[in-house]
This record gives sequence, C-alpha cells and structure tokens, in this order.
Amino acid sequence: MTSTLSRPSRVNPPSAERRRRAVKWFPYLLLVPALLAELLVHVIPMLVGIWMSFQQITQFTLRNWTRSPFTGLNNFKLAATLSSPVGQQLLHSFLITIAYAAIAVVVSWVLGLTAAVALQKPFPGRGVLRALFLVPFALPVFTAVITWRFMLERDTGIVNWLLVDVLGVTDDRPFWLVGPNSFISITVVMIWRIWPYAFLTITAGLQSIPDELYEAAEMDGAGPWQKLRRVTLPMLRPVNRVLVLVLFLWSFNDFTVPYTLFGASAPPQADVLSVHIYQSSFVTWNFGLGSAMSVLVLLFLLVVSLIYMGISGRRTRNAT
Amino acid sequence: MRSSKTAAVVAALSLVVGISAGCSSGSSSSSNTLTYWASNQSTSLDADKQILQPELDKFQQQTGIHVNVEVIPWPDLLNRILAATTSGQGPDVLNIGNTWAASLQATGALAQFDDATLAKVGGRDKFIASGMAATGAPGQPPAAVPLYGLAYGLFYNKKMFADAGLTPPTTWQQLLDDARRLTDPAKSQWGLGIEGASYTEGAHFAFMFNRQNGGQPFGPGNKPQFDSPQMVAGVKQYVDLISSGVVNPSDAEHVNDTDMDGEFASGKAAMIMQQNNATATLKSDGMTEDQYGVVPIPAIDPVPAGGAPVSSIVAGIDMTAFANSQNLDGALKFINFMTSPDEQKILNSAFGSLPVVPDAYSDPRFSTPLIGAFRQVLANRAEPMPQIAQESQFETLIGNAVKDLMAQAASGQKPDDNAIKARLTTANQQMPAGG
Repeated sequence: MTSTLSRPSRVNPPSAERRRRAVKWFPYLLLVPALLAELLVHVIPMLVGIWMSFQQITQFTLRNWTRSPFTGLNNFKLAATLSSPVGQQLLHSFLITIAYAAIAVVVSWVLGLTAAVALQKPFPGRGVLRALFLVPFALPVFTAVITWRFMLERDTGIVNWLLVDVLGVTDDRPFWLVGPNSFISITVVMIWRIWPYAFLTITAGLQSIPDELYEAAEMDGAGPWQKLRRVTLPMLRPVNRVLVLVLFLWSFNDFTVPYTLFGASAPPQADVLSVHIYQSSFVTWNFGLGSAMSVLVLLFLLVVSLIYMGISGRRTRNAT
Repeated sequence: MRSSKTAAVVAALSLVVGISAGCSSGSSSSSNTLTYWASNQSTSLDADKQILQPELDKFQQQTGIHVNVEVIPWPDLLNRILAATTSGQGPDVLNIGNTWAASLQATGALAQFDDATLAKVGGRDKFIASGMAATGAPGQPPAAVPLYGLAYGLFYNKKMFADAGLTPPTTWQQLLDDARRLTDPAKSQWGLGIEGASYTEGAHFAFMFNRQNGGQPFGPGNKPQFDSPQMVAGVKQYVDLISSGVVNPSDAEHVNDTDMDGEFASGKAAMIMQQNNATATLKSDGMTEDQYGVVPIPAIDPVPAGGAPVSSIVAGIDMTAFANSQNLDGALKFINFMTSPDEQKILNSAFGSLPVVPDAYSDPRFSTPLIGAFRQVLANRAEPMPQIAQESQFETLIGNAVKDLMAQAASGQKPDDNAIKARLTTANQQMPAGG
C-alpha cells in the first residue's frame, strides 16, 4: 500500500505577488536618477557632439546652430586630409598626444607600483609617506599646475636654478615652457599629477593578495624579485587592467594641465589633442570642425579600449 | 568581462565628449534689473567691481534700474559670450574686445546700433571717430559702441635714457640702436621687453608692421594674404627683436603683460611696447608716471610705397547689448550712462584707459602729456584690425605663427625669410578652413 502525501499547495495572495514584483524592480528604480544624470551629462552631449560634426557651425550659423547647414563628411575630410595643413597639424597633435600619454602611463605605473610595493609592509612613518605621495592627487589641478609654471620659468624658475646654478648641469638656461622641452614639461607634470592614482590603486590591490602566497613563495626559495614577478604582478593583473586604461584615457584627454601650463595656444611640441581641438573650435570659431576632430578621437579611443580590453581579458582568462 | 568592457567604453566616451561639450549660462532680466558682463580692466576682478559698483548705484538712483555686474576674466569672456550666443541666454549688456566686433556681429547675437538705436545712446557723433571704426564690419550698422579707448605706445624709462644720454627714438632703426645701447645681459638689463608667448600680441604687431611695410592682411574679396612679402617683412621686424639680442630671450615665455610690465617697472627692461592701461599696472608695481615717458612706437623709415607709419591698432573695449535681452531699452539707457562724459572721466581715469567721447577730455586728468601721447597715436597713427567676420581666425593663426617663430628665435635659431614665409603660408592655407 502506498500512500501519497500531498503538500497543500500554497496560493500566494495577490498582495505578496505585488510586493515581490516591487522588490524586484526596486533596485532598478534606485538606478533611475543615476541613469538620468548619465544621460544628461554624458550621453546627450556626446550625441550632440556627433551631430555637430556633420554640421557647418561657424560664427555665421552659431546663433541658430540647431538649424545650421548639414555639411556631410566635409568636416571629417578637412580634419583627416593629411595633405592639408589642418590634417597635418591634427596628425602631428595626435602623435604628440600618443607619445606623451604612453610615457605618462608607463612611468606613472612603474612609480606607483614601486611605491606601493615599498610601502606594503608596515614600518614607522609608512602612513606619513602614503599621505605625502597622495598630495599631488589631492591638490587642486589649477593651483598645482600654476606652481609648476612658475617652477619651469627660464630665468626665475626653481628647475633652472637647480640645474644651472646649483648642479651646473648646463651653462645655458634651457627653456621649459616654449620649444622642444615643452614636451618634457607637460609629460613630467602629467606624471606628477597621475602617478599617485596608480599608487593608490595598486596599494588597494595589494591588500587583497593573501600573505599565504608570499609565505609559500618564500618557502620555495623565492627572493623579492621572484615574489614580485610570480605573485604580486599576476595577482594585480585585474587591477592593472583597468588602471592602465584609466591612466591612458586621463592623460590622453586631459585639458587642464596643458591649458594651465601653456595657455590657449600650446607650443607645437606640446600641442596635445585636447588643446588643439579647443583651438580648432573655440578660438577659430569652427565648432563643426572641432566636433569632427573630437569624434575621430572618440573612435580611436573606442577602438583602442575595445582591443585593449579584449587582449587583456583573454590573458587574464588564460592565466586563471 | 562584459561589464568591464562596457565600463571601459563608457569611460572612453565620457572622457572624449568632455572636450567638445558646451555649456550654457546667462540670465533673464526684468524691466528693473539688468545683467552686465564687464571685462577685467584693472589688476583684479575685485578691484574692477569696486570701481564699477558706485557707478552702478548711481545709475540705479537715476533710473531705478538695478545692475547685476559680473566681472569676467579675459581668457573666459569670449567663451562665455559664445556659449550665451548658442543658448540665447546671456546678459543684457556686455563688454567685448573691439577686435571681436565684426566676428561677433556675424553671429547676430548682438544688438544692431542703427541710427535710431545709436540716437538712444547719444548718437554717432558723441563718440570719437577712430573708436567707432572698430565696432563692426563697414557698411553695416555697428554691433557696439566704444567704451574704453586703448592704444599702443612705446614706454621708456626716463632715467635709463638720461643716464645713457639718449632721447626717445623716432624711427625703428633708432629704437634698435637705443635698445642695443641699453642692453647689458650681465646686469640682467635689456633694451626692450616683449610678450613673446601671447598670440594676440603677436597678431597685433604682425598687423601693425605689415601695414608699415605696405601690406594688408586681406585682399579683394577678403582673400587672406598672410604670406605676402610685406607680412613676411613685418613679422621679421618683430621676431628679429629677439634675434638681435636687445630683448631677453626669456621674454618668449611671457603669456601676459604683467611679467613684462614688472620688468619695465624694476628697470630690467628699458622700453616696452604696451597699451595705455599698462599705466595702472605700472602704478601698482611702484613706478610713478614721472619715471617713464611715452612716444609713438617708431615706424620704419622711410615707409615703403603703400605703407603707413602705423604704430597702434585701434585697441579698446566696446560695449553692447545682447540681441535677446528682455530689457533692451534699459540696456541702452545703461550704455548711454556708461558712455556719458561724466562716467567716462571716472571710469577711464580709474582703469588707465582713454575716454571715447571728446567731451571727457576737458577734465584735467586727461590733459597730461602721457594721455596726450596716446590720444595722438589713436588719432593719427592707429588703424583698426580687419573689421571682417574672419578676424578671430586671423588673430589666432597669425598670432600662433608669430609665437612659434619667437620661440624658435629665443632658442638661438634665427628664422630667415624662407622660414617665416613657410610658417605664414601654413597659416594662410588654414584660413579657408576656418572661414
């Protein structure tokens, strides 16, 4: 004989169903303000910028810019025609920016990693040093860069005082704010500005590496270099993946540092894209051309970001 | 993976768009209130406000109209005006650099001062003619009226000239000779100070010296001719100041006039080519008016055929109303007030600029030899920058070319005619793109 025990079926009352549905939607509701803000602050201006790149917006059409004439791909042709001075200067600016951003990222990352690893183990004064390293990141950009400008002045700047008057590295006082050295100046200031972020992020990343891994490595006879290569760097890979991308995007797009250092018109050797595009839009009043340049940069960064995330993602997967 | 990819893409998009995203600003006014964007004319924004506020209070007592003033630094003013132009939300009254007049006029954002409108601010004859020449494109109703007059002059240190037994130069060659005599790098003393990294200064001097050499920046049909032999000669005249060793090469770094004025006030530069509002800065630097003299910037002698001894642009600040103002009548009343002889005396005296109405010159404050020298320059030796819609492009392209050449000269590589022409040709080729 078999007996079947049947569990009484529970019928949810409609109010409970509603509550569950409400709970399900609640997180999305909380996201709405952020999404709206994102839409207003980023997405809509970006779409407007893309639309502007197809329009002829100059002093003649600026006032009624929403009804400015459609000019097709003309702005893009003008910006990308390498035989024209406009295209040549954009390419020049692009290459300068790539070089400057690449150096800034590599040096900042190396500095950040070195400092974070050096301060990984507790010792007296570690907190003070950590705070000190973060100062450039905490200072208002404008104030900090203006101070750099004073420091880099040829006659009265502390940099030449140190190099020429104290150390005697050279007899001739070099220029740092005009001419070829302006590239070095902008790169150094940018590194000074962003390396604390690399330091901060890597320091945070190091906290999540279990001590057992280092202990095991030590038992296997690993020295400091081996531990860095075999434990620290692989464990930091997910952090570095985002960090390097963010550092690159920051330095590639930064406007405040070059603008404060050199003014509205940067020397050709430090004519990075952000200032170049500003000149092409606001100073020469050709907003369509400036937008086209911005869209080209957008496409470039989009491609770089996607390729970078694709490659680094595959490496991370292979490593785990 | 997907989320980080998305995050990266969003980050890329967000950062790039920051470059081209605009902004809007401005305010609407009632019939009893006006919003006024004033340009920065004295040593600080606060100092400007302190000078302006008593006059605005006076205007309110007379008319019952309250004026909300915002003093805007020069590097921001044009951007703010352009943003207001695109949004239609701007001030009721604003100051503009008079070289922008024709470019801003082309946008249609400024009120048109036709005869009826001009009559409401005192009529065309109220103003000095040279000032009215820089208020918009010829043949169109002006887009503004003059507010503060400015002109270039050669400031010279009286004591340094007297000690060297020199008199102020009257030809360009004499200026170079005097500068050479007064240069002593060992004592950090130079014959002349310049603002080598300022693209606006570069454009102004390129314009003046091009005119001395007989050139015009634009030909028939406003066709740019930036690489003409005359422009090459004009730019060379300016850039060679560094190459000839009479200017401290470090001046190629000077972005604004405060550095240059400071060096003149401290005796490190015996001469500077500056606009008359430098008098206010020199005063705050501790240099009194009896310590320096002003003469017109000398021209090349003889002036070639077609040339003119131009030693200044018609510089200055214009005042205008925003076309979208809800209170245009009030705005015009305010412009009339600010350009009245009494206010012109007070404001120009405080800002170190020149009145733009002849009646103000009856005041003894404007009868000094110093003011007389600038008045003479403005009346006889000044020409307005090109009053065409593309003026801003001209200023940027030529100014940047001059700035680059200055930097080259400062590093010891004297740019020859070919190098100057090549740089100017590049600027010329960029012009259609800007138009």
